[in-house]
Amino acid sequence: MLQKKPLITIRNLTKEFDGEVVLKGIDLTIHQNEFVTLLGPSGCGKTTLLRILGGFEQPSDGEVRFEGIDLTQIPAYKREVNTVFQKYALFPHLDVYENIAFGLRLKKVPEAAIMEKVNRMLSLVKLDGFQKRSITSLSGGQQQRIAIARALINQPKVLLLDEPLGALDLKLRQEMQYELKEMQKELGITFIFVTHDQEEALTMSDTIVVLNEGQIQQKGCPVDIYNEPNNRFVANFIGESNIVPGVMPMDLRVAFEGQTFHCVDRGFRQNEEVDVVIRPEDLQIVPEREGAFTGVVDSVIFKGVHYEILVMVGDREYVVHATKSASIGSKVGLFVSPEDIHVMKWGGA
Amino acid sequence: MVKKLYLGLLFFFLYAPIIVLMVFSFNESRSGTVWTGFSLTWYEELFRDRRMQDAFRYTLLVAVISTAVSTFIGTFTAIGIQKLRPKWQAFALNVNYFPVINPEIVTAISLMMLYRSLRLDFGFATMLMSHIMFSIPYVILAVLPRLYALDKNLAEAAQDLGATPWQAIVKVIIPQIRPSIFTGALMAFTMSLDDFVISFFNSGGGVTNLSIEIYAMARRGIRPTVNALATLMVAVIFTVVLIANRISIRKAKS
Repeated sequence: MLQKKPLITIRNLTKEFDGEVVLKGIDLTIHQNEFVTLLGPSGCGKTTLLRILGGFEQPSDGEVRFEGIDLTQIPAYKREVNTVFQKYALFPHLDVYENIAFGLRLKKVPEAAIMEKVNRMLSLVKLDGFQKRSITSLSGGQQQRIAIARALINQPKVLLLDEPLGALDLKLRQEMQYELKEMQKELGITFIFVTHDQEEALTMSDTIVVLNEGQIQQKGCPVDIYNEPNNRFVANFIGESNIVPGVMPMDLRVAFEGQTFHCVDRGFRQNEEVDVVIRPEDLQIVPEREGAFTGVVDSVIFKGVHYEILVMVGDREYVVHATKSASIGSKVGLFVSPEDIHVMKWGGA
Repeated sequence: MVKKLYLGLLFFFLYAPIIVLMVFSFNESRSGTVWTGFSLTWYEELFRDRRMQDAFRYTLLVAVISTAVSTFIGTFTAIGIQKLRPKWQAFALNVNYFPVINPEIVTAISLMMLYRSLRLDFGFATMLMSHIMFSIPYVILAVLPRLYALDKNLAEAAQDLGATPWQAIVKVIIPQIRPSIFTGALMAFTMSLDDFVISFFNSGGGVTNLSIEIYAMARRGIRPTVNALATLMVAVIFTVVLIANRISIRKAKS
């Protein structure tokens, strides 16, 4: 599995732009050969954090160390870090070959070695034979691949990717997600990937760092982030959630909707008020008498893989994802297993 | 019909004077109104005129040097302005724009006062400096829009791949804005070529350019050599513009 060797350590990183605080004391350790995703809504500071790592912004406070050395003192062009930009930023006056060769030419690598490496990079991104093509003649997906090849040819220790798949259509995006993950495993370098797409983050990452308003909300592997969100923000941002107020009368028990349920959470104070998170796919619609609690079907929308069913329990709305439809207006029971009930600290009304 | 007539009249008023001037530069007699026959007399006289030849040489020399220097300074100034914070960018743009809208005569007099207070001798150097000075804002105005249209990440991408900030400008930014640099240079060149007011106040010591020489000739009494000279100037400018258009058309095609 992962080599747990720290590569980048970020301590109390703060960034202000004209009095506006964009990053508020970020602490983060990134390991060698790790696929880390910085996930959050636009304006959460994820791109700023990436730009600080790339050397395009200076932090206002805090430190960034790369293999123990202060990174902020090293200019962008000397860092062993390369970036794939959001809009690719390929050089339109150069052809595909020269774009990829750009970094090696600066290092005055002999022509024969450049040619060999460029060709190898082109086959890595599956664009053999594209050497002489002009950048403007390429599709978005092809430009994307050239941008990746151009960044990887310098053999960086870290590849920074700033929402690189944002401009691609769904099919191509899913294909690239898979390919990027393969590339990262094959090359054994650290990828730091910025996105606002939670599905992309869950698919590709070893570690997801959820950011909001300049602060880390949660850091963990995709399964933990999805199943055990730390707070309301994470629960809402990663997938859909039903968030219900509840009380913990004791360890392994939680009360909500007038019932006491078994659960797998512990360590809360007695009768502490909590938020209960239930994913829509974990709720099951059962006959009225078999449900833990009951409600009335309010609406049914067909979503392809599943139906999205809204069930009103009292005046609270539950979202249920089910493979079977239900008739609107009917009384139904709702069931959830103990391991699918996630309890988190109360986040306020 | 009305549209065509209107357009015809417009072009007539725009071009008739120039065409008349060109036609009479080939007139045999001194008359500027009566055609007496074709001749190249006035061109011969023009080419025998030492003062004219000197003026021509100075005009060309000043135009070439001032174009090169102002294009260089203007381009890098534009790149610098574009990297400023927005507030300072607006300020720099206004400062740059002022000499363009300032009456030429005011620019001319103020430069003259400046050179005088610095106790410089009026001559080739003062004329050249003046031309460089008034050309720079035009180069900046030509280059900036293209810079703003560039992907902001281009220079960063170059640095990311190991280019120093300077290399990023030379290897990526300059090639991207080359057409607008060319436009700026062309503007600087034509402005320098036909400048009269600023050159008149800021030259001396026997150094003149063609505009000043024509002005002097006209005061002595118009001779058709003026027509011949003006015809040649029009021909030169026309050729330069033609070549520039050709190049930009070819660029657009590729």
